[in-house]
Amino acid sequence: MASFKPTKVQFLPKLGEKVTEDTLYWKNYKSPVQIKEFGAVTKIDFSPLAPHNYAVTASTRIHVYGLHSQEPIRSFTRFRDTAYGGSFRGDGKLLVAGSEEGLIRLFDISGRVALRQFTGHSKAVHVTSFLSDGFRVVSGSDDLTFRVWDVPSAVELSSITEHTDYIRALAPSKLNPDLFVTGSYDHTVKVFDMRSGSSVMTMQHGHPVECVLLYPSEALLVSTGGRYVKIWDLLKGGQELVSLKNHHKTVTCACLSSVGNKLLTGSLDRHVKVYNSSYKVVHNFDCDASILSMAVAPDDEVVAVGMTNGVLSVRHRKHKKDKETLTSRRRRGPSYRVFVKGKNFVPRQDDFLVSKPVKQYLRKYDKQLKSFEVSKALDTALQTWTRTSKPEVTVAVIIELNRRGTLKNALAGRNEESLTKILNFLLKHIFDPRFSRPLLTVGDIVLDLYRQVLHQSPVVERQLQRLMEVLGREAELQQELLQVLGILDTLFASLTPRKEVAALAALPVDQGPQLQAA
Amino acid sequence: MVETSDIRVVRCGGSKVNLTPPIISSDSRFVLCTSGDLVKVYSTRTEEWLHSLQGHTNQVTGITLNPANHLQVYSCSVDGTVKLWDFIDGILIKTFVIGCPLFAIYVSEKHTGVLFLHVSMATDSKNECFQLVSVHLPKSAEQEVEAKEMSAVSSHISKNPSCTAFGRGVRVHFFFFLVWKGAKNAFTCIACHPTDDCIATGHEDGKIRLWRNFIHKKEYTYSTQHWHHNAVNTLCFTPEGTHLLSGGIESVLVQWQYGAGNRKEFLPRLGGSILHISASSDGQLFCTSHSDNKITVIESSFKVCGVIQGLVKGDAVLTDLMIDPRSKALVLNGKPGHLQFYSLLRDKHLYNLDIVQQEYIYEAGLDQFEVVKAAFDIKGSWLATVEERGKKSSDLEFFLKLWAFDERTQSFVLNTTITAAHTDRIISMCFSSSEETTMLVTAAEDSQFKAWCQGADDQNFWSCDFVGSYHKLNPTNCSFSADSSLLAVSFQEVITIWSPDTWEMLTTLCQPPGVIRDLCFGRLSCSKYLLGTTTKNLLCCWNLLTCELEWSTSVDVSKLQPDPFSENVAAFSYQSKHTDLFVFKPSEPRPLFTNKNVCSEKVHRAVFVPREEPLNSCDESTQWLNRSQLYFLTQNMDLLTFSTATEEDRMLSSSKQLVIDDSVAVTPFYLLLGKHRQQQQKLNTQSHPVSDKPQQTQGSVTIKELLHTPAHVLPAASVLCSMFVNSFLISNTGEMDSEKEEEDSEEEMEACDSQQELRAQGSVDEVTPKLSKAQERELKRVRKTDFSWMAGLIDSKP
Repeated sequence: MASFKPTKVQFLPKLGEKVTEDTLYWKNYKSPVQIKEFGAVTKIDFSPLAPHNYAVTASTRIHVYGLHSQEPIRSFTRFRDTAYGGSFRGDGKLLVAGSEEGLIRLFDISGRVALRQFTGHSKAVHVTSFLSDGFRVVSGSDDLTFRVWDVPSAVELSSITEHTDYIRALAPSKLNPDLFVTGSYDHTVKVFDMRSGSSVMTMQHGHPVECVLLYPSEALLVSTGGRYVKIWDLLKGGQELVSLKNHHKTVTCACLSSVGNKLLTGSLDRHVKVYNSSYKVVHNFDCDASILSMAVAPDDEVVAVGMTNGVLSVRHRKHKKDKETLTSRRRRGPSYRVFVKGKNFVPRQDDFLVSKPVKQYLRKYDKQLKSFEVSKALDTALQTWTRTSKPEVTVAVIIELNRRGTLKNALAGRNEESLTKILNFLLKHIFDPRFSRPLLTVGDIVLDLYRQVLHQSPVVERQLQRLMEVLGREAELQQELLQVLGILDTLFASLTPRKEVAALAALPVDQGPQLQAA
Repeated sequence: MVETSDIRVVRCGGSKVNLTPPIISSDSRFVLCTSGDLVKVYSTRTEEWLHSLQGHTNQVTGITLNPANHLQVYSCSVDGTVKLWDFIDGILIKTFVIGCPLFAIYVSEKHTGVLFLHVSMATDSKNECFQLVSVHLPKSAEQEVEAKEMSAVSSHISKNPSCTAFGRGVRVHFFFFLVWKGAKNAFTCIACHPTDDCIATGHEDGKIRLWRNFIHKKEYTYSTQHWHHNAVNTLCFTPEGTHLLSGGIESVLVQWQYGAGNRKEFLPRLGGSILHISASSDGQLFCTSHSDNKITVIESSFKVCGVIQGLVKGDAVLTDLMIDPRSKALVLNGKPGHLQFYSLLRDKHLYNLDIVQQEYIYEAGLDQFEVVKAAFDIKGSWLATVEERGKKSSDLEFFLKLWAFDERTQSFVLNTTITAAHTDRIISMCFSSSEETTMLVTAAEDSQFKAWCQGADDQNFWSCDFVGSYHKLNPTNCSFSADSSLLAVSFQEVITIWSPDTWEMLTTLCQPPGVIRDLCFGRLSCSKYLLGTTTKNLLCCWNLLTCELEWSTSVDVSKLQPDPFSENVAAFSYQSKHTDLFVFKPSEPRPLFTNKNVCSEKVHRAVFVPREEPLNSCDESTQWLNRSQLYFLTQNMDLLTFSTATEEDRMLSSSKQLVIDDSVAVTPFYLLLGKHRQQQQKLNTQSHPVSDKPQQTQGSVTIKELLHTPAHVLPAASVLCSMFVNSFLISNTGEMDSEKEEEDSEEEMEACDSQQELRAQGSVDEVTPKLSKAQERELKRVRKTDFSWMAGLIDSKP
């Protein structure tokens, strides 16, 4: 007598998604902590010193948060108008910020009142920064000038007007105190040397520049603007290395991770993209609103993202230690000892061994299938947890029922509530190429069974309408894809040299066979 | 043709064991079942095939134990004879010639010497009308007896033997039922309670009815019990009558408690649908026979203790017949969703490989996954299978699976499952035949063929390597050349030749009209030839060096099968309702061997099986059978083969040798004793090299006969005695010296004999003192007479 063979769940790999170390690394973040600010978050800057507090510039305030606190440790509120570009000095003790009214304020991190005020700009100052010697502050303004200020004496050292539009990006060199890079809405990126007092290099970005960023080696420069992210090689005299177009809205911010110098870009399209060293997108964070600013803490402990709706979203890295403590608290079942009890017993030579029959463990739906309770088995497979986190199990049960010829019986005689469950599942997964075939059968049977009574329930009716919409969209999409395929075919045909027989190599569009290593 | 007469078509192995209910011997040690024209005896404990009762010349249709002697069994056959066997030793005791085909046999304890048989009513067997007749067995000492004394009991009975049963009441009643066609509750089977006045009937709708008070003229009553969802195939009461066993297509053995209403026990998932159930006379064992040619032995505690599996032959073999290169076993479809490995040499089922790995639902008309294609690579380390579900192409589901041979477990382990290998049905599949690289090519109805390779070293699963097509034509067949340097794929009428190394199409071959049906490359010295058959009855042979058609003949080839060990190719052609076989070499225009009228059905599956030891026949017509043997499967699912005269002689002699050893079970004790005996024999032969031998054989024939024949079948002791004594006598041909000695000894013997005689007479006198005087005188006279003449008589006797 053969034992019951449980339902086989097929795990089909998703196409085109390869699990690499990078994706694992960037997936290893907890779900974000949301902190509400008073206005759009325009600038986030991490302190270079050990506790790595970070300053968040939003509306008329600058808040300083601790790495794990959700309440500000300190806040600077002496701005009459919107504050911009709050950034730390290299030792983390001073903070400089510009503002809408053109004033630049310098704060001691422990104090409350501004230590210095630099006046001179006639329009809003969006970017401010310390030069790497720590005694000078550079600022870029909407009045097309940028100025360099002396911190001890609070006087303007120089003012340069080379840009022809608003200056919205600034990056001082960490290696040379006299160098800094500016980006402007006039589509140019310029490198300035304070020793010569003028720009030494100009690069055409092609779009209003939103952000510039220097790699730690300062051989590479990143500029973002429009939908493009461009990497420039400064050692080759400002030659464009790569131009990336992965966002579909303006890229507003960029930063580098401290582990491995991975580039992250944030955009108005609400995505943060992580690139690997060959500038391929390896990970993608989704946010709720358009992203204006972003920063990564040293050692990639925290990724902080500021958005237009004034929400600061902070992601913390998961640590193994956290996991252990969590599981130890959650564990409730019998300990490991119970399961191995007697299993490691080695019989002596003259012992007579009576083996206990191994009990076959069956899942609940398998047990129900074994006793031919088809409706119950389907209910079990449609339980919320299975349905959401393991849809392949649900689909496997549906396939099994279909194979047994009892899918119709299992779907029949359901009330509104359980029918909505099924329809919701269909809505979510019917266009998934892995599941679409069995689910279409389910849809057909549901329609056949409940055609007479559908109008009695507005809920079900609405869901069916949505299902129709989804399927219509999917059909359109497929048609478009076929068209594209046809275009590609003609292209390939014209490209291949004329031969009697065209040997088709497996096209990437052809989806190829879905493989599963058993 | 004298030459071909020594090659003949033989039905080989794997006959149905599930045709009739199996019988358990009264000591529960043996299970008997019919298998083709044999009755096979199996051990219940070890499931081993002990021996077979050989003698019928046609299908055996029924067996039953002799009620007078529980060590004997009657068997009836379509050849019109009933034979009585001693099944423990496999000896034929008697043959009763009835004279017309028999379809079932029954006996009754109350009627000794009477058999009840199913015979066909009309003389032509096409008429589906049968009658039950009783036959009186004449008492006679002869081996073959004609029994013509028939009397009809009832007519118009169902063909199904399970629709007839015997009651064992005060009087004997026969119950028989006509199958009412069309009615939902038609009877399917019947069983009688051994003691009570009750019979149980099974119905087409799955109900079981228990009829009581049947014998008395009163109104009978019945109760209905229902569990089976389909027709009840068989019913059986246990010998005590406490339980009723029933089985049907669900393959669940149901045990109903008699008289306890609906209390029942189940034994599910036994295999194919249950066809027959029988119980041993002590009620300790049950036997169920299943549609997948299997007999299950079940203990009364509802535990399966043995499975006797024959070659499973379903309605159709979907896969080709294949040979596992490792075990040399025949591989084909077995149980649903399985591949079976069947050893043809030992006529034994080796094992089933579960391909589908899904719970099989026993329900009529359900569309199940079936293994439709399978292929082995040349070393037998990879197996590729295709399983398919769905008759229409719109709801077709199929999987391509690749199995790796695991040395540790000695079986195949699933390596890769490919869910969407093609967008349509796979038509043909073959492995490359080189030993270095394994490559699989599949051709499907989506007008593509794909080559599959094992991935790079870090990943051991298979992936697609190349997709090829030719003018959007549907491929029909694919084949690798012997050295795997060429791949031939036929697209409708065109054969394309590809190089598997570069995936470049080298050339196309075409011989219209007609779609290519079969394709194969020549082997060894004929490897430059490519053979193809078309639907328009053409057999073509191309030369691959010149890319030209070498020759072609018009013959309707239904199956083309190359021999992997020689250049020979076998072609089965179906013409005017019979199949002919041609064996030829592609290089020679004249066929090596032709056999007209091999069988009357079409042949679609054939395979060459390598022999364990090659024959060395020099005869030209039998030479092609030297290295391998050709097996083929007809549309009626008969597995046939060709056997030569020399081979049959060898088989016969080997089976004779086996007979003596068979009766002793192989126990540790036997092994010990056997060893001891062998040693003794060795010692004997060493000490008395040649001189003893003739004497030993002479004596041993009769002694062996005496010792090896069981006591109950031996003739009377008086008959035996003379035989026994005679065996000790030494024939005249011996030397004169020994004769003299013998004479002396005989004289001595005589002397003591007469003394004994005297003593006996004395005692007689003592016991019977009341003798008349005349008698006394007579006795005295006898005493005085000279007995010397008698001595002379004895002397002259030897």
